[in-house]
Amino acid sequence: MILWKDYHLAHSIEDALETLWNAPGPARLIAGGTDLLLDLQQGRHPPVHTLVDVSAVPEMTSIELRREKLFIGAAVPLNRVVLSPLVQEHAEALVEAAGLIGGPQVRNTATLGGNVAHALPAGDGTIALLALGAQAEIAGGSGIYRSPLEDLYLGPGRSRLATQEELLVGFYLPIRSKNEGSAFQRIMRPQGVAIAILNLAAWIRRRGDVILDVRLAIGPAGPIPRRSNEAEHVLRGKKMSPEVREKAVGSLLAEASFRTSPHRATAEYRKYMAGVLLENVLETAWQRSAS
Amino acid sequence: MRITVNGVQRSIEVRFGEMLSDLLRERLGLTGTKIGCNEAECGSCTVLVSGEPVLACTYPAGKAVGKEVITIEGLANVESLDQSRKTARQVELHPLQRAFITHGAVQCGFCIPGQIVTAFALLQSNPDPTEDEIKYALKDTLCRCAGYPSIIRAIQSAAKAMQSDAEEISEPEIPGITHDFRVVGTQLIRPDAVEKVTGKALFTDDLKFPEMLHARVKRAGVPHAIVKSVNVEGARSLPGVVAVLTAEDILGEVNHGLVVYDWPTLVGIGERVRYVGDAIALVAAETREIATQAIELIEVDYEAQPVISHPVQSRQPDVPQLHPSGNLLKHIKVRKGDLEIGFQEADLILEHTFHTAITEHAFIEPECSIARPLPDGRMEIYVGSQIPYSDRHQVARTLNWPEERIRIVGQLMGGGFGGKEDIAGQTHAALLALATGKTVKLLFDRHESLLVHPKRHATQIQVKMGAKLDGRLTAVETELYGDTGAYASLGEKVLTRATTHSSGPYEVPHARADCYAMYTNNPPAGAFRGFGVTQSAFAIESMMDMLAEKLGMDPVELRRLNALRVGSETNTGQVLTESVGLLECMQKVEDEMNHLSGGQPFTPKRVEGAPHRVRAWGFAAGYKNTGLGGGAPDKAAAEVELFADGMLEVRTSSAELGQGLVTVLQMIVAEEFNQTPTKVRVVVMDTDLTPDGGPTTASRQTYVTGNAARLAANTLRQAAVTTLAEKFDQPPDKIRFVEGLVQVNGQVVPLGEVVGAMQAEGREPRVLYEYWAPETKPLGQGGDMHFAFSFAAQAAEVEVDTRTGEVSVLRVIAASDAGQVINPLGFQGQVEGGVVMGLGNALTENFIVEQGQVFTDRLARYRMPSIVQTPEIISILASHPTKDGPYGAKGIGELVSIPTTPAITNAIYHAVGVRIDRLPVDQEVIIQHLKGKVKQ
Repeated sequence: MILWKDYHLAHSIEDALETLWNAPGPARLIAGGTDLLLDLQQGRHPPVHTLVDVSAVPEMTSIELRREKLFIGAAVPLNRVVLSPLVQEHAEALVEAAGLIGGPQVRNTATLGGNVAHALPAGDGTIALLALGAQAEIAGGSGIYRSPLEDLYLGPGRSRLATQEELLVGFYLPIRSKNEGSAFQRIMRPQGVAIAILNLAAWIRRRGDVILDVRLAIGPAGPIPRRSNEAEHVLRGKKMSPEVREKAVGSLLAEASFRTSPHRATAEYRKYMAGVLLENVLETAWQRSAS
Repeated sequence: MRITVNGVQRSIEVRFGEMLSDLLRERLGLTGTKIGCNEAECGSCTVLVSGEPVLACTYPAGKAVGKEVITIEGLANVESLDQSRKTARQVELHPLQRAFITHGAVQCGFCIPGQIVTAFALLQSNPDPTEDEIKYALKDTLCRCAGYPSIIRAIQSAAKAMQSDAEEISEPEIPGITHDFRVVGTQLIRPDAVEKVTGKALFTDDLKFPEMLHARVKRAGVPHAIVKSVNVEGARSLPGVVAVLTAEDILGEVNHGLVVYDWPTLVGIGERVRYVGDAIALVAAETREIATQAIELIEVDYEAQPVISHPVQSRQPDVPQLHPSGNLLKHIKVRKGDLEIGFQEADLILEHTFHTAITEHAFIEPECSIARPLPDGRMEIYVGSQIPYSDRHQVARTLNWPEERIRIVGQLMGGGFGGKEDIAGQTHAALLALATGKTVKLLFDRHESLLVHPKRHATQIQVKMGAKLDGRLTAVETELYGDTGAYASLGEKVLTRATTHSSGPYEVPHARADCYAMYTNNPPAGAFRGFGVTQSAFAIESMMDMLAEKLGMDPVELRRLNALRVGSETNTGQVLTESVGLLECMQKVEDEMNHLSGGQPFTPKRVEGAPHRVRAWGFAAGYKNTGLGGGAPDKAAAEVELFADGMLEVRTSSAELGQGLVTVLQMIVAEEFNQTPTKVRVVVMDTDLTPDGGPTTASRQTYVTGNAARLAANTLRQAAVTTLAEKFDQPPDKIRFVEGLVQVNGQVVPLGEVVGAMQAEGREPRVLYEYWAPETKPLGQGGDMHFAFSFAAQAAEVEVDTRTGEVSVLRVIAASDAGQVINPLGFQGQVEGGVVMGLGNALTENFIVEQGQVFTDRLARYRMPSIVQTPEIISILASHPTKDGPYGAKGIGELVSIPTTPAITNAIYHAVGVRIDRLPVDQEVIIQHLKGKVKQ
């Protein structure tokens, strides 16, 4: 079984898109390929004619500050995300999440773009980006546009990206002010597939004891990676206290829908863990927002 | 495309769909990059691309264009590139390679290229990594020998060496080993270590032969059915397919097996499929891809049958019978004293039921067999096998050939652990080689390996225990159900061991055990390190702690009171007369545990600053027979020869699977001849060249084959002495062997010249010795069921997160009585690896089968412990040599992993009060219990 015929190393976004559009057979974009290649090898994805590798496209492999935003290229390998001083300064939650995806070797090829495009309800990178208020930059036939990350998802494994026509260029994150902080945590089990049973990220802006603004993202708590708007609402504008945290946990549990996955976790355990994780990340993000 | 590999720029034609690992292994011949899983899980294929470690198995070759690739073959310093042969001459090992060798981090060696390449990248960016940094970097580079502690030590030692000018690797310190010998008990590196760290070591899949065909097997995929029809026409007509075989093409016996011939080599039309891994048809084709495609074109119609998925269900009346003999493979009985009296005498009776999971060997090297027809009508089979002579017998049966026409050429094994005792692809490859007249390679991919080979038996174990108030046991009754799956394999033997060991290493006046070894439609279960004792030890050692609590006794004290000692009678009626180090093991572990915990090891302690994390210690003991026992003739042959160049050679078919037998044999022969071990060559696993050493199972090789080698060497030495005594007319006691020489009353004869002297008087300079281990009695007859037992005690310190239920093991103290330690580095590898495997059994490993379908059919779904989960392991010796073992040695391989699991689960109980009675530990269960308690 020939899994692909043409492996095209794209040198620019235009080159990548044109190769994708004009391939003589089925074509797929690939960056690290740590999911797609396994799907191809194990028969979950039919063979393709062309793989368009975007991992060497300069516009997609930079991490830099652009006009009050932190830009992270979609094809930056996760280990570079983890080690980047810019990401460490502006997006602590993402550093924590990216450092937990896969193993060390996988992180040398796997990318943030792949994690987001894979659209798993509990993608670690995705959950961190959601809490950080990231926007995705997408290139397609009609040019380049940006979209809030949460608007990208349709269902498990399905995103709004037109995978045959568009590509994910990168992410724009708000840069961090002194009174802001973020955190990510997940819960695993030592048996079975190394996918988080539950993950949760928080971003907080504070003034003194007051939570001025907050973003929470959790997965898997529904078919798509999602923000927890009700819990955010409970916290926003309140003084941080054990009581308000407890109330936030209550709202989170009320609005999230947890399911039982065989051999991984029961809905009850997930529900219980959601409370634990929320307490933890709120605590950590709160501490960080004090500096 | 242009690509730079190990400093050499190459221009290579692009191939469709090629991964970097294929390019390196198949086209460039760089087979040091190993394929363990081919699904980006195990890390064995790690190479550097642009200086960063990546997994070559899922890295498209086309992506490496213009980049620099470094493989294990590129790490050694390369000097004077020989332009005429285009090969680099290796002159010096990298400090990491030397450190891995010196520290005994190399065992089976299959994962080692990946470990070293990953570590190399780490040291490039971080020249002085902490233990945590090493663990972070090597998290997903798996080692199933679990030499993780020695890997950490090796990397740290290499880092230190690289920062100094001398680049000297420090010698490891293995505490506590004493010896009165020149060679035995000293630290010696493995004879195959250099090859294994440089990537030059060849495993079966690394071999290539001209015009070699590639085979695949059509597996049933259904757990229980009758085959109605098989249509192979589509496969046969696919271009590139050379042969397609079905059951009717088998010329010899259809069934194979290690003890019972109940396992069909191919299931024919009208016959019964008993598990998903049953073979229906075989294909040989010009390429592996074509063979794979052909397999998919084979159409099979089945008539589905009701699935038997549990051994208890299997024993019920009115369920389908899977074999002509029924569903009961064996009812195993242990009887001692009078149970009724025992329970009458008891002040306290406890009863509980435990469950253990199916677990998977997950040796990193998947099974591979190559069958090669020879022009003289014989056939060679290249395979990594734990029992080469059994392979020869079974292949010959299948082909209907005399055994002598088959030669098993044993290859290096990337781990076995009991999982490479049964036939895997040997008979299939042979059938295809016979049909095609060509060499045929049959390599299992990881998926197939997971589906097909026998696993560890899942068990249900009910224990009823009676004791006096002072803690003395009065009676133990156990009932075991063992799931031996679709075929017997070694199921009867394994479950016999589970049963005889089911009352633990304790003297019990009244004992009764009944075990039902049941066939089911699950994958077969067979040998796996611990051989049944792992399961029953979990049950009985949990019960001992439960009893201690009920009695208000210290758990160690309770065990000490009942422990087997010299003079004790086991529950099979064997009186132990010597070499019982159990009490000393217990004492040493208790002392160390008290020292480390500051007393009160079983009292939960909250972690400072994180009060939701609670720590405590747990204790367990265990024992394991050395050798087959139970009346089985346990013998091994070894041949020792002296050559004119002064070299000695020892030959036996016994298997080297990473455990270090080759080092043991080398040391024994060197000891007997008073030579440095490098003067001794070791040849193993070849049925043409080496006499039968018996199966590599039951922790028997050091003892049984070790004795054969010792006695062969000793006999040869005596023959040489006799020759020289006559030649020089000197009394034999004036003749001494020294380094490379023989001293005869002041005169000196080079060792090699002894060969001529012997031949001159018609003596051959070699001795074949067949050693018979002391006779044993079958179960039920009383007397010595085994000729030796090894003993162990362990304590584990765990930390339980009471908010999440997560468990981690921080430290394990392991005291072992394996008699005299012969090979300290090998011993260390067995102890540390055994503890980590026991930890996996407790916390991570669960081979899930649902209604006969394997859920854990990819390595991604089956977790073995990684370096991150590896605790600090404190190994303590309590050697009580046994009189008939070579220099007093007993087995170690299985012993160590037996007490680890219950030590961990007992520690969990001490930490948070949750009794684990089902493996593996489920963090959700811990939380459920804790939440329940909160409500109370």
